[in-house]
Amino acid sequence: MEWLTTVDHKKIGIMYLAGGAFFFALGGLEAILMRIQLMFPEFSFLSAQSFNELLTMHGTTMIFLAAMPLLFGFMNFIIPLQIGARDVAFPFLNALGFWLFLFGGILLNISWFAGGAPDAGWTAYVPLSSTSPGHGLDYYVLGLQVSGLGTLIGGINFLVTVINMRAPGMSMMRMPLFTWSSFVASMLILFAFPALTIGLLLLMLERLFDAQYFVVASGGNVIIWQHLFWIFGHPEVYILILPAFGIFSEVLATFAKKRIFGYSAMVFATLIIGFLGFMVWAHHMFTVGMGPVANAIFAVATMAIAVPTGIKIFNWLLTLWGGRIQFTTANLFALGFIPSFVMGGVTGVMLAVSAANYQFHDTYFVVAHFHYVIIGGVVFGLFSGAFFWWPKIFGYRLNETLGKWFFWLFLIGFHLTFFVQHFLGLMGMPRRVASYLSNQGLDEFNFISTMGAFLMTIAFIILLVNIFVSIGNKDNVRDPWDGRTLEWTTPTPVPEYNFAQTPLVRDLDAFWHEKYEGDGKMKASEPLEDIHMPNSTILPFIISLGLFIASFGFIYLNYPILFVGLIITFGAMFVRSVKEDHGHHIPVDRIKRDLEGDHHG
Amino acid sequence: MAEHEAIDIKELPEQPEKATLEGRNKYLGFWFFLGGETVLFGSLIGTYLGLRGGTIDGPGPADLFHLDLVFIMTMILLTSSLTSVMAIINMHRGNFKKLLMWMSMTVILGTAFLGFEIYEFYEYYHAGLGFSTSAFASSFYTLVGTHGAHVLFGIVWITTLLVRYRKTGLTLYNAPKFNTAVLYWHFIDVVWVFIFTVVYLLGIGG
Repeated sequence: MEWLTTVDHKKIGIMYLAGGAFFFALGGLEAILMRIQLMFPEFSFLSAQSFNELLTMHGTTMIFLAAMPLLFGFMNFIIPLQIGARDVAFPFLNALGFWLFLFGGILLNISWFAGGAPDAGWTAYVPLSSTSPGHGLDYYVLGLQVSGLGTLIGGINFLVTVINMRAPGMSMMRMPLFTWSSFVASMLILFAFPALTIGLLLLMLERLFDAQYFVVASGGNVIIWQHLFWIFGHPEVYILILPAFGIFSEVLATFAKKRIFGYSAMVFATLIIGFLGFMVWAHHMFTVGMGPVANAIFAVATMAIAVPTGIKIFNWLLTLWGGRIQFTTANLFALGFIPSFVMGGVTGVMLAVSAANYQFHDTYFVVAHFHYVIIGGVVFGLFSGAFFWWPKIFGYRLNETLGKWFFWLFLIGFHLTFFVQHFLGLMGMPRRVASYLSNQGLDEFNFISTMGAFLMTIAFIILLVNIFVSIGNKDNVRDPWDGRTLEWTTPTPVPEYNFAQTPLVRDLDAFWHEKYEGDGKMKASEPLEDIHMPNSTILPFIISLGLFIASFGFIYLNYPILFVGLIITFGAMFVRSVKEDHGHHIPVDRIKRDLEGDHHG
Repeated sequence: MAEHEAIDIKELPEQPEKATLEGRNKYLGFWFFLGGETVLFGSLIGTYLGLRGGTIDGPGPADLFHLDLVFIMTMILLTSSLTSVMAIINMHRGNFKKLLMWMSMTVILGTAFLGFEIYEFYEYYHAGLGFSTSAFASSFYTLVGTHGAHVLFGIVWITTLLVRYRKTGLTLYNAPKFNTAVLYWHFIDVVWVFIFTVVYLLGIGG
C-alpha cells in the first residue's frame, strides 16, 4: 500500500527500475525465442505468425517498456540528489507518470492472452498495421498511448525540476553531466512524444472508427504514418542514448579520478545532438521515394551528428588519459561502451549514405547497426549505472567478481551475436523474416549469432544471481567509489527529505571540491528547520487504472466499459483538483535524530 | 500557512501566480506542456495539409465552408481571450470578484463557440461529409474536433475553478491555477487562428 500511494521520487525511481527490469527480461526472452527459430535454416520452432508477434513485441517492449523506464528509474532517483533538491517539481505527476507506464505495459502484454499480440513490427507501418486482423494492433495503439502519456508527464517533470529546483550555487554550467543529458533527453521527449500521440490516435481512429487517412482509394496516404512515426521515432533513440552518455560521463570521471575533460564542450555537444536528432527523421525513409534532394539533405544532416558525438568520444578518451583508472564493473561497461558504440556509429554513417542505403535497407545490416548502438550504448549504460548507483539506491553493493564475469560474458556474447549480422545483411538476408533457405551462405553466421544470444542470456542470469547473493554486502554504501557529485553526500538509505539542509554548491563536482578544497562536508545554504513534504496519495494509481479499463472499452468497442473507465479517471482528476492538499511538515527534531543516528552509524 | 488565506490587497505581491515555488513550477511546467501541445497540433495540421486534396467523390472545402459563420466563431473565440486577459489584470489588482466575473464571460463565450462548431459539423454531415467519406473528411474532423475537445476541456476546467473558489478570495494557492487556465485558453485561441487560416481561408481561397 505504501508503494501504491507514494509520491517519493526515490521510491518511484525504484519502481521504475523494477518494472523496467521485468520488461527487459521479457523482451530478452522474446529475442531468445526468435534467435532459436533462426538458429537453423527452415527451422520450425515457431510459426511465422508467432515470429511476427515476437518480433513486434521484442522491439516495442525493449524501447518503451524496458530501456526508457530503466533510464527514468535512474533519472528519478538521481537527478534530485545531484542538483541538491528535496523532491521533483511535481511529485503527484511523477507518480502518475509511473502508473501510466506500468498499466500501459501490462495492457500491451495482455494481448498475448487475448487472441494474439501485435504483429506489424514495432514501427507498425500502415497499411500492414491498419488492416491487421484481430485485436493485437489495438492493444499496441492503446498500450503505447497510455504509457506514452506517462513518459510525456515524466519529461515535463524533469525539465521543471532541473530549471527551478537546483540548490544555491548549482548553476546550469555546474550541473553533473547525467543531469544535463537527462535534461536534454526530457526536452526531446516533450517535442517527440506528441507526434507519436497523434500517429497512434490516427491509427486508432482508422482501425476502430473507420477513418480513411491511410486508405489510398479514399485519397489517403500511407507515408503520413511513416513521417509521424519517425518524427517521434528518431528523437526516441536520442532520448535513450543521451542519458546513457550522461552515465558514462559520471562513471569515467569517477573511476579515472579526474574531472571530465571538456565539460562545456560535452554540454554543447549534448545540446547539438539533441537538436540534430530532430532534423534527421526521414533518413529512415530514403527508399520511399522522397527524391534525391530530400534524401541528400537528410543524409548530410545525419552525418553531421557524427561531429558532436565524436567530440564526446574524444572527451571521454582524454578523461581517461593520465587518469588512475579503476577497473570496477561499472567502469568496465563504460570502457567497453566506447569501441562498441563507435562501431555502431560507423555503420550509422554508412547507412546515412542515401545511395548506398538502397542496398542496406531492411537487411540484417540495419539490425546489426541499431543493436550496436542500443546495446553497446544504452544497455551498457544501464548496466554501468546499475553497478555504480546500486549501493545508493538499494543500500548494498553488488559482488565485483560476479560482476566481472557478467561483463565479459555479456560483452563477448553481444559482439558474437551482432558482429556477424553485418555480413548476413551484406549477403542479402532480409530483416523481419521468420526463416531462410539453407546453403545460401547464411547458415553458419546465423548459428554463431544464436550462440552469442545464449551467452548474453547466461550473463544476464549471473547478474540476477549477483543481485540475490550480494544482499548482505553493506560496507561503505554511503560513498563507495569516492564520488564527486551531491548524491554521494547523502546518507544511505537516503531519507525522504534527501538533504537535512540544502547544500551550497561552490564548484563543478561539488562534493569533490569540498573533499579537496574544503573539509569534506558540504556547506549548508539554510538553517536546520522544518521541511515541507507532499502527502502520499492513491489518486495517480486510480487515474491510471481508469484509463486501463477505458482502453478495453476502446479495444472491444464496448461503450459501458469505456464509460466506466473514463468516469474513474475524470472522477479522480476532479477529486484531485477540488481537494486541497498542502502536504505536511517533518519536524526539525526528527531530522536532528536522523542526523545523530547517521553520525553514530 | 499564509498561502491558504485570502490576500489583503495592500499586501498583494506583484505577480501572485508566481509568488510561491509551487506557482513557479506550475507556470513553467505549463509552458512546457504547451510546447508539447504545439507539436500535437502541428502534427494534426500537417496531416490535414497532406490529405486535404483527398476528397475523392465527396464534398471538398469549397463546397462546404461558409466564411461568415467561421468569421463569427473566430471573433467569439478571440473576444473570449480578451475577457480572460481582463480576468488576469483584475487578479493583479487584487479584485477577485471581477476576476470571477471575467472568467465567467470567458466560459460563456467558449460555450457559444462550441455550439457553433457542433452546428457546423451537423451541417457538413448533412451535406454529405461523413467521418469516413474521404481522407479529407477524416483529417478535417480529427483536426477541428481535437481543437473542439480542447475548448470543451477548457470550459470544464475554468468552470470547476469558478465553482471551487467562488468564496475563498484570491490566495497564493489558487492564483497559479487561474493563471494556467488562462494560459491554456490563450493557447487554444492561437491554435484556432492557425486552423482558421490553414483550413478555412486556404480551403475557400487557396
